[in-house]
Amino acid sequence: MTVMESSALVGQTTPPAIEPQELCLRPTRGWVAIDWAEMLRFRELLYFLVWRDYKVRYKQAVLGVAWAVLQPVCNMAIFTVIFGQLAKMPSDGYPYPVFVFAGLLPWTYFSTGVSLAGLSLANQQQLLTKVYFPRLFVPTASIGAGLLDMAIALVVYAGILLWYRQPVSWQIVLVPGLVVLTVLATLGLGLILAALTVSYRDFRYVIPFLMQIMMYLSPVVYPVTLVPDRYQWVLALNPMTGVIDGCRSAILGKPWNLMTLAVSSSSAVAVFLVGVGYFRRTERRFADVA
Amino acid sequence: MTRSAIIVEGLSKQYRLGGPAAQGGSLREALMQAMWAPVQRWRALQHGPGAGRDSFWALQDVSFEVERGSVVGIVGRNGAGKSTLLKIVSRITEPTRGQVRLRGRVASLLEVGTGFHPELTGRENIYLNGAILGMRKSEITRKFDQIVAFAEVDRFLDTPVKRYSSGMYVRLAFAVAAHLDPDILLVDEVLAVGDAAFQEKCLGRIQKVSQGEGRTVLFVSHNMGAVARLCDRAIWLDAGSLCADGPAQDVVKRYLALNLAPTGIWKRPANADDSAPVRILSVSAQDSRGATRSTFSGGEAVRLEMVYEVSRPVERCQLCARIVNGQALAVFTTGDSDAQGVPGVTRQPGRYRSGFSIPEGFLPPGPYSVHVCAHQPFIRVLDVHRQTARFEVTNVDALASFDDRAGAVTPLISWDCEPCERLVDAPSAAVTPLQSAGLKEAASL
Repeated sequence: MTVMESSALVGQTTPPAIEPQELCLRPTRGWVAIDWAEMLRFRELLYFLVWRDYKVRYKQAVLGVAWAVLQPVCNMAIFTVIFGQLAKMPSDGYPYPVFVFAGLLPWTYFSTGVSLAGLSLANQQQLLTKVYFPRLFVPTASIGAGLLDMAIALVVYAGILLWYRQPVSWQIVLVPGLVVLTVLATLGLGLILAALTVSYRDFRYVIPFLMQIMMYLSPVVYPVTLVPDRYQWVLALNPMTGVIDGCRSAILGKPWNLMTLAVSSSSAVAVFLVGVGYFRRTERRFADVA
Repeated sequence: MTRSAIIVEGLSKQYRLGGPAAQGGSLREALMQAMWAPVQRWRALQHGPGAGRDSFWALQDVSFEVERGSVVGIVGRNGAGKSTLLKIVSRITEPTRGQVRLRGRVASLLEVGTGFHPELTGRENIYLNGAILGMRKSEITRKFDQIVAFAEVDRFLDTPVKRYSSGMYVRLAFAVAAHLDPDILLVDEVLAVGDAAFQEKCLGRIQKVSQGEGRTVLFVSHNMGAVARLCDRAIWLDAGSLCADGPAQDVVKRYLALNLAPTGIWKRPANADDSAPVRILSVSAQDSRGATRSTFSGGEAVRLEMVYEVSRPVERCQLCARIVNGQALAVFTTGDSDAQGVPGVTRQPGRYRSGFSIPEGFLPPGPYSVHVCAHQPFIRVLDVHRQTARFEVTNVDALASFDDRAGAVTPLISWDCEPCERLVDAPSAAVTPLQSAGLKEAASL
């Protein structure tokens, strides 16, 4: 039987009457725009990758979801003892645990997210060399699972606020906006580091070090006001400065530091744009170097 | 409008040599490279672009078209550019020059089980892998039962795949891939996995996908039998260029004729890596008078001779040869210092001729090839070449060919035989030790 005859037998499933769309693969140079249509077509994959990370994380761990609670709570306890009790760090007039946890909420997400995203490509080389899908999904998916951790930590924070009888400001409704800024900054830096790690394995060791430095450059354990007013804008170049300070204003009702927030927001957007741009630009050689 | 599903035009791909390090490697190298870039650019201006020794073309100006609904096999030796071609067509890497036009939904299968996670269950991995291969969730759900039935893993669906046997793992992975529904399917060597029965099932599935459902398939394989059977047409790539393109049967026949013909002698290729201190220059199969031959009768000894060059003193150096038969089975491996009972000897710079003889009748009739290697045992490999000299043992004078006996070697082993100590005239009577002792005494009398 020839090909023609056998395909006639299953006529309904043979190629569609309309000409399928043509895809042309040729060398690209310089900056490459994001292919939104393609991302939309593959959107379910993004969901599956996030879902996988979540499943795997809690399957291997004995304590499961408890980790999402333990990590920020332990950090809070340690920082309270060292910076609150021993170093007598000012805390904008709030009990130190209440103060530091508000900073740990976005910071924990940021530092875990950047580390996971930064290593995501290098750790999943077979996804780069054996199959095609929008590469942006790999680092993006790796920061997705952290959002649930942040939500769990927020519930824990509600408990802490209750314990300290700390009233919550109505401005808490602005928290989602701050979360968006955090995600932009995390993804931006994560994309840059992911692209760099794939090409230069040295960055595997740079990431933890970088996160440690950034933590001290972010007002997690100290208030922004510790820095002289004139230099606060320098601190605000770190996108997390505005987010952390903003979290304290939104949840605890501390007066907003609008200049810091404005500088940090612009910085977050800039980091995101640079990240996406650099990633798209270097993406074409990932499979060759991985 | 043509009916072509894949149009490849002037496709070229350049890689930088020196392995992954040269493509990026460490940050230090990148910084060094950035500093040297102006100098290199200046040199390039002087000597013309692309003259560098540090790059090679994995594909060079390859053009062809594939009609919708046809199954095209891609054949060629290792490093001929087959996988590079497939990687470009499946969008994993970009071409350096030229273009590929694809009409229809593309799915590539360069590996089975891409993205499988060992901690996840079979069920979860079906969804994950399906999504990675480009299936919609609704599509996976619709085909879920078929996939499970094909993989024959229904009892273990909720077991993490890390507890699967390797056979089950591969079956599940292939089952997901086999249920892709693309217009163009790109398959690379995935049939080299699983047991024979499952391979047969996979081949059948590809045949069904391609013929019964009228899809376009690009199929890379070393399995010439599969290419000849599945494909309408075959493309033969050699050193990155199109070498032949035509009916699969013809191309496969020509490919086999060139690549499996006994040549008797092998010479070091010009593009071999010359950095090691030991370089094997030639390997030849010779008869007892020292003449190079490619065909030996079963009653002849085969002498294998290697000529190699040592450029600086090498301690514990050993030269090895492995004889491989027509089923790609290693018949045996031998080292030049084996008989001396040492792992290697020190070789001073110079040129050496070294060899050994395989005794007559040892190898059963069939084709053979020789892999050679110079190494420092347990330290490092200095020079290695696969499938160098090829020779054939014919069934003339071969004792083993009369009864077509099983086994990879037919060593001439002398048996001994002597009558047992038992009464010849009473074969049914049991012989007790006492009686036997008595008999011996009787015999000696």
